[in-house]
Amino acid sequence: MHIRHVSSSRTMRRALASAGIVGLALGAAACGSDDSGSGGSAGAKEKIGVSLITKDSSNPFFVAMQKGAKEDATKQNVALTVASGKQEGDDQGQITAIEDAIARGDKGILITPMSTGVNAAIKKARDAGLYVIALDTPPDPANTVDITFATNNREAGQLDGKWASSTLDGKAATIALLDLFNDKIVSVDYDRDQGFLEGMGIDVADPKKNGDEAKTGKYTGGKGGDYTIVCNEPSNGAEDGGRTAMENCLSKNPNINVVYTINEPAAVGANTALKAAGVSDAIVVSVDGGCAGVKSVKDGIIGATAQQYPLKMATMGMEAIAAIARGGAKPSTSEGLDFFNTGVALVTDKPAAGVDSITSDAASKICWG
Amino acid sequence: MSSSTSAAAAEFARRRQSPVQRLQGLLHSYPWLSPLILFAVTFAFFSILNPRFAEPGGISILIQQTAIVAALGIGQTLIILTAGIDLSVGAITILAMMIMATLASDGGMNGLLALLIGIAMAVAAGFLNGILVTRVNLPPFIVTLGTLSIFTAIALLYSGGSSIQQDRLPRLLNFLGEGFGPRGGLRLTWGVVLVVLLYAIVGFALSQTAWGQHVYAVGDDPESARLSGVASKRVLLSVYTVAGLIYGFAAWALIGRAGAATPNAITDANLASITAVVIGGTSLFGGRGRLIGTLLGALIVQSFSFGLSLAGVNQQWRLLATGVLVLVAVTVDQWIRKVKA
Repeated sequence: MHIRHVSSSRTMRRALASAGIVGLALGAAACGSDDSGSGGSAGAKEKIGVSLITKDSSNPFFVAMQKGAKEDATKQNVALTVASGKQEGDDQGQITAIEDAIARGDKGILITPMSTGVNAAIKKARDAGLYVIALDTPPDPANTVDITFATNNREAGQLDGKWASSTLDGKAATIALLDLFNDKIVSVDYDRDQGFLEGMGIDVADPKKNGDEAKTGKYTGGKGGDYTIVCNEPSNGAEDGGRTAMENCLSKNPNINVVYTINEPAAVGANTALKAAGVSDAIVVSVDGGCAGVKSVKDGIIGATAQQYPLKMATMGMEAIAAIARGGAKPSTSEGLDFFNTGVALVTDKPAAGVDSITSDAASKICWG
Repeated sequence: MSSSTSAAAAEFARRRQSPVQRLQGLLHSYPWLSPLILFAVTFAFFSILNPRFAEPGGISILIQQTAIVAALGIGQTLIILTAGIDLSVGAITILAMMIMATLASDGGMNGLLALLIGIAMAVAAGFLNGILVTRVNLPPFIVTLGTLSIFTAIALLYSGGSSIQQDRLPRLLNFLGEGFGPRGGLRLTWGVVLVVLLYAIVGFALSQTAWGQHVYAVGDDPESARLSGVASKRVLLSVYTVAGLIYGFAAWALIGRAGAATPNAITDANLASITAVVIGGTSLFGGRGRLIGTLLGALIVQSFSFGLSLAGVNQQWRLLATGVLVLVAVTVDQWIRKVKA
């Protein structure tokens, strides 16, 4: 839907799509060429080397990617090599994996780029004739790679914000924003946070900067009403960080009734803090759609979460590389975006007026992790 | 007459000292005093900055936020007292946490048994560190650098990298997150109680038992400790093993706090625990320090983080403040120790 900026995610789980379903359909169409390539030509017999390089091998989001790609590799007759950095920030681990892919004679690389630190290595791979697809996180600049397959994080945030404002039904909103960081700027962080505020109908000032919006004012989403932003606290996208962040926010203002969280683990941590403080009526929204997160929606811990589809990113990316290597066409970006949108859907069991959503039962059939 | 002579001598000794020198002597005699003063100043400062900080609710949160790092700091203090360092603190904790949670959820094991196995694995991990330090004679830094990766990898492989949420775990594993109160607005968890107990027990062992004396002796000078009849290697091995046991308890407390067992928790455990120890006045060269200092150190760091957050200050400034704290604390510590010279 409203696409403002493109974006991505990072070491967490992410994303989405009601447009998701549409996105998947588009995806299948875009990748149709690989199907014909693999099915039609004699080249299908030839094993294609592909490397999948994630940020780490512990994040369930990346684990889901690796698992999906491995399963699909056999069907596609792809020799898949899975590698990753040791942890967030390990540029060197990714660079080594890229160099290994070139040396191995792989036809393409699927990578969730750690930072601009790996750009030079990606360029080397493309110069050597490899087709490079960024998954989940577009590199900076985006044209460092051939194409990016990603979630639209801003759209994910907007879905959360629309749902929250509609659910408030005109009540005043006292908002806690549990971000990923507040000492580093990463696109997933501001796209989701600012997207959420946009969805609420709050003027975000600089759309690429968290925390620069007016702390009080009127939101225009749903029936509209007064809002107060209590805090932007970093959660590190994990349960313990989410708890600490929520405690800090509640210490500032115990009347918080709307909680945006960067991902579901942070939401789980926030929920333990809310429970400990005896707050039971806060609306908690999140992004990711991992199976655990979908269950949190079903259990009522999270009000709504925007679901993303990491497995699709990996399998579609791998199929695209195999298709190109077998003489097929290259994939192209989604309309109006500078990446290929793998989709996002809002998951909630309390549908709100004017916001498309799917139920937790439906989401649990397509969740990851 | 003799009494007037000694009185005169005492008078003389007192007169020679400037107030600053007296303070220096006092701080030297009581190593826990400077972190205590620093904590008092920190607490007063943030209370003035935002009165919510000192309200019972604020204090409850500060204590709960400090508990895990404070617990890990006990093990770290023991090891640093022997002139070692433990970089595998977080890795052992995560390993124990994922083992107990996975056994109890996927395995459907009895909660108590899963808990005991998890803690036993932490003890075994600490024991392994100790064996590598004492029998293979590798420096502690290298040993724990290696086991940091090994334990992290095992935890990830074993758990498949995914979190296990509270509702899939037996109540016993979540128990330390439950608490009592609010009594007068103060709400504490059983996890906090456990950490206080650990401090009391280990503090007692360090200051009142022969084992404690030996730990200090080995840290001061392993060779002369050995020559004076202390089984240095055995003491060292026991220190790493006890540290493992404490990390096992911390893992249990962490499940209760985070509301889930997750391999993504406490990413900064190593540096946070070392920071608490250093600010608490324990010498990285071994043999000198007090356990209570580590508790104060952990409280000071968390006070800055929580206090600055209440004041609406961004994370990078909290980090900067922690860095300045470390340098100030160590500088003051060096100055205090010059009293010997």
